[in-house]
Amino acid sequence: MTIHAKGITVALFATCINDVMFPGTPKAVVQVLERLGCRVEFPLDQTCCGQMFTNTGYFDAAVPNVRNYVKAFTGYDYVVGPSGSCVGAVRHQHPMLAEHARDAGLGRAVDEVVARTYDLSEFLVDVLGVTDVGAYFPHRVTYHPTCHSVRVAKVGDRPYRLLQAVKGIDLVDLPAADQCCGFGGTFSVKNPDVSVAMASDKARHVMETGAEYLVTGDNACLMNIGGILHRENSGVKTIHLAEILAHTEGGDR
Amino acid sequence: MTAQAQRRTPAPPPGTYLGMPKFQKNAKEQLANEQLRKNLRHATGTIRAKRAARVDEVPEWEELRLAGEAIKNRTLRHLDTYLVQLEDSLQKAGAKVHWARDAAEANRIVVGLVQAKGVDEVVKVKSMATQEIELNEALEEAGIAAWETDLAELIVQLGHDRPSHILVPAIHRNRSEVREIFLREMKQYGTPAPEDITDDPAELAGAARRHLREKFLRAKVAISGANFAIAETGTLVVVESEGNGRMCLTLPDTLISVVGIEKVLPTFADLEVFMRLLPRSSTGERMNPYTSMWTGVTPGDGPQDVHVVLVDNGRTNALADPQGRPALRCIRCSACLNICPVYERVGGHAYGSVYPGPIGAVLNPQLRGIGHEIDQSLPYASSLCGACFEVCPVRIPIPDILVHLRKEVADHKRGKPKLEPTAMAAAGWVLADHKHFELAERVAGLAARALPNTTFLGPLPWPASAWTRARDLPMPPPESFRKWWRTNRGEEQQ
Repeated sequence: MTIHAKGITVALFATCINDVMFPGTPKAVVQVLERLGCRVEFPLDQTCCGQMFTNTGYFDAAVPNVRNYVKAFTGYDYVVGPSGSCVGAVRHQHPMLAEHARDAGLGRAVDEVVARTYDLSEFLVDVLGVTDVGAYFPHRVTYHPTCHSVRVAKVGDRPYRLLQAVKGIDLVDLPAADQCCGFGGTFSVKNPDVSVAMASDKARHVMETGAEYLVTGDNACLMNIGGILHRENSGVKTIHLAEILAHTEGGDR
Repeated sequence: MTAQAQRRTPAPPPGTYLGMPKFQKNAKEQLANEQLRKNLRHATGTIRAKRAARVDEVPEWEELRLAGEAIKNRTLRHLDTYLVQLEDSLQKAGAKVHWARDAAEANRIVVGLVQAKGVDEVVKVKSMATQEIELNEALEEAGIAAWETDLAELIVQLGHDRPSHILVPAIHRNRSEVREIFLREMKQYGTPAPEDITDDPAELAGAARRHLREKFLRAKVAISGANFAIAETGTLVVVESEGNGRMCLTLPDTLISVVGIEKVLPTFADLEVFMRLLPRSSTGERMNPYTSMWTGVTPGDGPQDVHVVLVDNGRTNALADPQGRPALRCIRCSACLNICPVYERVGGHAYGSVYPGPIGAVLNPQLRGIGHEIDQSLPYASSLCGACFEVCPVRIPIPDILVHLRKEVADHKRGKPKLEPTAMAAAGWVLADHKHFELAERVAGLAARALPNTTFLGPLPWPASAWTRARDLPMPPPESFRKWWRTNRGEEQQ
């Protein structure tokens, strides 16, 4: 495999949920990006995109997250995160929050850094121009296009194209793939009954495919659907897109 | 004689919309109804597929949506001008114009107009505005019977029920339920259903046609809403599928139309855009079967006494809020209801309003304010999946307005001792600075080390039960990514 990106420096936006709950995902991003020739940095100032606060109505609590994000990532040409939802929140909500804070300077800084923020799939396909990242994953996999990755970050079919290029993969279609899994951040605990009804339908569709793995580009959605799959002893495992892309022939999975 | 016996029309269920508990509680009740979920899944799935097929036929669909958005935005920006123009055009065409600040005033005007005609019954075209102001009950209190003539509205009215969908208000009923309602109720209010009627849709529609026919031919006064009101010409437009609207709009001598002030369109040419957007978005048809337009009074043809009641009822509150204002672009197509995964599972009754679904969740708290529990809960009745915006023919950013209204609700609750503001303040502290965050990470890591063989957590007590009642929760691993990075990669970055 050729080195695609010699000399490109990428700031990894791990996202808070991945940092604490799913560290395997940002590790996989590091692995993939370095394999493709990028230099990866992890600015330690970063915490969270603030989406949980914004979407629950607590804008004032979200503003420090915006400031933090700007502080951590200003100056990088490429900020890459393995989450359509968090990247979508940065793009779609940070400008609005800067306006809420009535801070024009922050607004300008936000515009700068937002323009350089990418979901992993966008960075690979659009910036590095690759779909075949040299991955090998000989398993039956079904892909759920998460709502925020498609409708807010607008990653389109990039994750799917990356998966199609994985060697050995058996990619099966997920019925009713475009319907929400019911996570919705605090929706999952504020409206738990509706959330579980949606997640159960999603999990049922996943099981119908006979896949060994359910893959998405967002671990929060995976945690929701996976919570049902695990409770019901379905045997279906959940995996983030980055972790499939990190896996190579002779790798450890 | 009891009050019940004095009623002219079937009584709706007891209680008021505003007195309803919060969405979460209503939703839980509705979710338990397996038949309802089955009916809704089938109905919304069918109409969703029809809409998608019809929209796919129009290559310039996105341009049409942009045009619809732009026309509505311009209208709302200059609403005062267009409303005065509409009033002027209507009066020149022989219609009488009435202005109503709120539901009570609108009802008072309509009741007065009907009483002045000396009649004790009216026929109605399906109208969301009259549902919103609860006109039927106001008329009933004045001893006037208001007969719904749209098939689904008739099912709702005869069923002592409330509508659960904007376009198909009886979506929660299946045909055997409809048969029972017709058999039991029609004979009490007019032409009965045949005793041997089956649940065949054609037979049910036939029974409704015969039941309604005598009311159409007898009525002296009709009440309608309007889908559009053209300022330039004073033309009102009603878009419908069954022809019942056409009967109401042409047979009686007096026609009273109750119209929300946001229904105005500047020119007749603007109508073209909406006549292409609305049928495909709502029923998934290229064109709806009946479109009626009338401009004041045409001597010797149709109603000779024409009234238009222009209703605010909270709309100017929404207009005054730049973030909430786009909700007034709504043309009541219900595409957002049909696509919504939340609506599909709980149905319309959980929303506590004649406007359910995503548009209801943004419209009701704006029209009614956020003083009641139901309206405070509605902005949270969404997973913010964004499917509603994708199908909205006038591009209302429903998820953004929901988030905006959540802020209004959170501000309203601030300072009250509740779990949520406290939890948000604590989480805010943790996530505001990476040093706080790292402290919390260490706590999570300690918890993981305390339960070394646990990878998933099962059922937990409140408040975690909201998650774990049906879903397992993965344990955080002992080492965070940040810690791994510091240990393994930290030096090379410095």
